[in-house]
Amino acid sequence: MASNEEILAGLAEIVNEETGLATEAVELDKSFTEDLDIDSISMMTIVVNAEEKFGVRIPDEEVKNLKTVGDAVSFISNAQA
Amino acid sequence: MSVPVLKQAPVNANTRILGLGAYRPDVIVTNDDVCQWIDSSDEWIRQRTGIVTRHRAAADVSVIDMAEGAAREALQKAGIDASQLGAVIVSTVTHPYATPSAAASLADRIGATPAPAFDISAACAGYCYGIAQGDALVRSGAADYVLVVGAEKLSDVIDNTERTISFLLGDGAGAVVIGPSDSPGIGPSVWGSDGSKWDAIGMTHSLNEARDQALDPQGLASGVRSQGNTTHGNVTLTALSTAEAAVTEAAIWPTLRQDGQTVFRWAVWEMAKVAQQALDAAGVTADDLVAFVPHQANMRIIDEMVKKLKLPETVTVARDIAEAGNTSAASIPLATHRLLKENPALSGGLALQIGFGAGLVFGAQVVVLP
Repeated sequence: MASNEEILAGLAEIVNEETGLATEAVELDKSFTEDLDIDSISMMTIVVNAEEKFGVRIPDEEVKNLKTVGDAVSFISNAQA
Repeated sequence: MSVPVLKQAPVNANTRILGLGAYRPDVIVTNDDVCQWIDSSDEWIRQRTGIVTRHRAAADVSVIDMAEGAAREALQKAGIDASQLGAVIVSTVTHPYATPSAAASLADRIGATPAPAFDISAACAGYCYGIAQGDALVRSGAADYVLVVGAEKLSDVIDNTERTISFLLGDGAGAVVIGPSDSPGIGPSVWGSDGSKWDAIGMTHSLNEARDQALDPQGLASGVRSQGNTTHGNVTLTALSTAEAAVTEAAIWPTLRQDGQTVFRWAVWEMAKVAQQALDAAGVTADDLVAFVPHQANMRIIDEMVKKLKLPETVTVARDIAEAGNTSAASIPLATHRLLKENPALSGGLALQIGFGAGLVFGAQVVVLP
């Protein structure tokens, strides 16, 4: 079980690896598409890597609801609970 | 009662790919050409897919024409006469006749008659399915030499104005001759299917629906087609509603659609596992490979698979998609052909190949490059 801080840090690493964005730029209130400029293919890559890292399942239909980094952290946290 | 002892065909212990051929049609479609039909840009398409151009066949060039071009080169490179072929297999989803097969005509054209000839419908996994069957036929003694061809004219089944798949696709053919070998040249095939994702990639309509619409356009618009759907159960394509919205007086010609996100995730996540299983089954590791030749679906899928498989930098990765687009069953032999043309020293080394696509279906094996 990871804390929300740990999930955020882990997610930031995944985003950094996929996009080259600095990990500090990955903040809870940032929108994946609008603030971080992440396209749909990168988003799926991030989702696949997050599933592996956090041991959770993020269904395809859920991905469109993950608009901000905070949405993803909450989803992963709940899925781990 | 004494039962006579049957004679069974003597088996071949080992097989390998003896020769490889390719046919690339000569109409070049650029991203700027594509952007006449969809609202996009060269930069967007390159960034999302890695595709710069696709080759497409002229109206008078058929799947069989392209298959013949690739087959003749493969036979010549293998040093095998067509009369020695014990089977001709064509993987295609774009031969425009439900029957007879493309393979029977091809066998006749190249002089392989009366070799058994049949088509495989396994979409983008079709070439690896063909290798699995060719390998099995030669090792079992059912055939001495087998011609395996992947040939597609995808430009016949696209709608240039839709955005899920059409702009990715190109035409072409690749072929190999498989025969007996002194040493192992084709590792065990890891192949399979997942029909629960039947609707992730496929045609917008059945041929029956196209027929009904052609006969009675108004009837179809008022719901005859929905009855037609019951013939194949409750399965309908995810993107059908989009296509339905586009239905006008024009007859429906079935074209391809995909659910890109589902396919991308499946390809990256599940197919990296299948590729690893093919390595394990062959008793080798990524470090033993000289080349990785995945189905050329999308450069981003290729990049992600390379990462997931942790391929060392010494492995040359086939990236024919940039120039050829996605050519379904033809993509792996076409990509291998380019790889060997640009890097002749790879010949004799081990390549991991994996195909995956509509079905969903997948197939992978490690092979010794011809």
